[in-house]
Amino acid sequence: MPDLPLIDPRAARPIVFWDALDRLADARRQAAEAEALSRRALLRGGSAAIAAGITAAALPGLAYAQAPAAPAAGAPATPGQPTVIDITRARVDPIPIAIPEFIGVNPAGERFGRDIAGVISANLQRSGLFRPIDRSAFIQRPADAVTAPRFADWRVINSQALVTGRVEAQGDGRLRVEFRLWDVLPEQQIEGTAFTSTQQNWRRIAHIISDRIYERLLGEKGYFDTRIVYIAESGPRDRRVKRLAIMDQDSENHRFLTDGSWLTLTPRFHPSTNIITFMSFFQNRPRVYLFNIDSGSQQVLGDFPGMTFAPRFSPDGGSVVMSVTAGDGSNIVQLDLRGRSVRRLTSSGAIDTSPCFSPDGSQITFNSDRGGNQQLYVMDSGGGGVRRISYGEGRYATPVWSPRGDLIAFTRFGGGRFAIGVMQPDGTGERLLSEGFAVEGPTFAPNGRVLAFFRESPAGARGSGYSARLASVDITGFNERALPTPLDASDPAWSPLIP
Amino acid sequence: MKLKVLSLFAALVLVAGCESTSPTAGGAGAGAGGPRPGSQEDLVVNVGDRIFFDYDRSVVRPDQRPTLERQAAWLKQHTGVALMVEGHADERGTREYNLALGQRRANAVRNFLVANGIAPARLQTISYGKDRPACTESNEGCWSQNRRGVSVVR
Repeated sequence: MPDLPLIDPRAARPIVFWDALDRLADARRQAAEAEALSRRALLRGGSAAIAAGITAAALPGLAYAQAPAAPAAGAPATPGQPTVIDITRARVDPIPIAIPEFIGVNPAGERFGRDIAGVISANLQRSGLFRPIDRSAFIQRPADAVTAPRFADWRVINSQALVTGRVEAQGDGRLRVEFRLWDVLPEQQIEGTAFTSTQQNWRRIAHIISDRIYERLLGEKGYFDTRIVYIAESGPRDRRVKRLAIMDQDSENHRFLTDGSWLTLTPRFHPSTNIITFMSFFQNRPRVYLFNIDSGSQQVLGDFPGMTFAPRFSPDGGSVVMSVTAGDGSNIVQLDLRGRSVRRLTSSGAIDTSPCFSPDGSQITFNSDRGGNQQLYVMDSGGGGVRRISYGEGRYATPVWSPRGDLIAFTRFGGGRFAIGVMQPDGTGERLLSEGFAVEGPTFAPNGRVLAFFRESPAGARGSGYSARLASVDITGFNERALPTPLDASDPAWSPLIP
Repeated sequence: MKLKVLSLFAALVLVAGCESTSPTAGGAGAGAGGPRPGSQEDLVVNVGDRIFFDYDRSVVRPDQRPTLERQAAWLKQHTGVALMVEGHADERGTREYNLALGQRRANAVRNFLVANGIAPARLQTISYGKDRPACTESNEGCWSQNRRGVSVVR
């Protein structure tokens, strides 16, 4: 796997980077327009691009379906729509769903069909909200179900929903994937969509289908068509090699983005482009950088005499908030990405760090020891109206605002233990989700239902037994799982849904 | 590269210090005639390159002052030497906060040396937070060695 060398940011021409940012922003805007178009087109039975290089078209209902085909995703619920399952209920009682292999129209399509169904099944299973039914229990053959589901056969194995599909590997290297979601009890099609893309995109199609299923059955957006950027760690603890790395949310398509020459920390995604902000010790000058995932180019952000750290993009993507050391403390500043103007938001003399915007951009939560030890605060986005929100036992750090706006997740520590928790933005309703010797750095999936964080084990003699791994957990503390990575891992950041 | 070799040397000396309480145990790297005056080896072996802090504090402890006083005297003796002062934290804190805490500790060392007559221009600072522990075990014995300010000859 080729590693991208770390480029001297002073050698890179800034204009190149900003052009890239503008281009990506344009691409994002076009994608949003295309998506809006595609929804209208799908409702009319046409086809349109739904993501980079992927088009979707509504499938007509099958004649034997008892009810007319439901409109495509995004359309308002109508009578005849499936009963949306409450997520609280699904946690206790995961939705039983049958996901036979997608049928291959040709031999190459058969392989993709098997793999796509496998990815969908694994995604839904991992969410903890679905229970894919063992395929050995299936009565009707998938090849028959794809044209005419015999609902009684799926009811008897207690399947509430059925997913069927056909895959054609076309001569021109493209892949056509038909997918239908069926509500077994009322015997009707919930959704039918055909996706066309290059064969390399088969995993993304599987993730997009998984998101459709999640959204249609649970009434909330999914989070499967996403990626996670994090810090890959290797080597002895006192000379740890730390590299930027990225992977799909299911740990696939893993790649390293930097070669480990310099310590790198705390990557975070731009809300709508393939750009990351992170911290690098490049040439022993610890500073915040931007990194373009597509081109590998990077650039130092701002020109400050001291260390800059703890960066995070604003929700509109136009600026970064971060800490800048000042005297014995650190201030929170906001740096405009185009004009590069800097606005100082705090100057308490204390350590003010880990700033994170509310999703509407109106407020910022951050971490400060201004009251004596680390606690969480919220202020208006201009820096006024500061109020403390954490009052429990111990110290609080790394606040992150949920994309839904309803919760702030944090790291809490004291008494020799660390915990990941959530509270409401006014500081009430604190709940701990996971605890351990060391857990840190929560990051929300774009639907605000799942968090990732990292967990370290204590080190024994000469550092033996130490590990750092990623984990995910539902915001209720349910369904904690390892997020597999090739090496040790820390500082995860979940992407938005991929544009 | 030179820095890496030197910090490896410093680490070896520290490990040696962990295992035998005698600070004069020569051994690693100290060739015939001892370290070159004004070098990192000289600083480590004959002066002391680091001081230690209490948990979540950046005040120079009274018991650590003699080391910094020796460093100031040494710097006055070797007027051509410039230092990078590294601030470090133990693992019992969050990454971003610890970066700022490490900076405070580096500042505390620098300010002490400046107050003892060393020109600020000779002293740069950097913080590694909790990301470059000197001692790798998860116990107070190691943590107390990791909450440190280290002077490195540039």
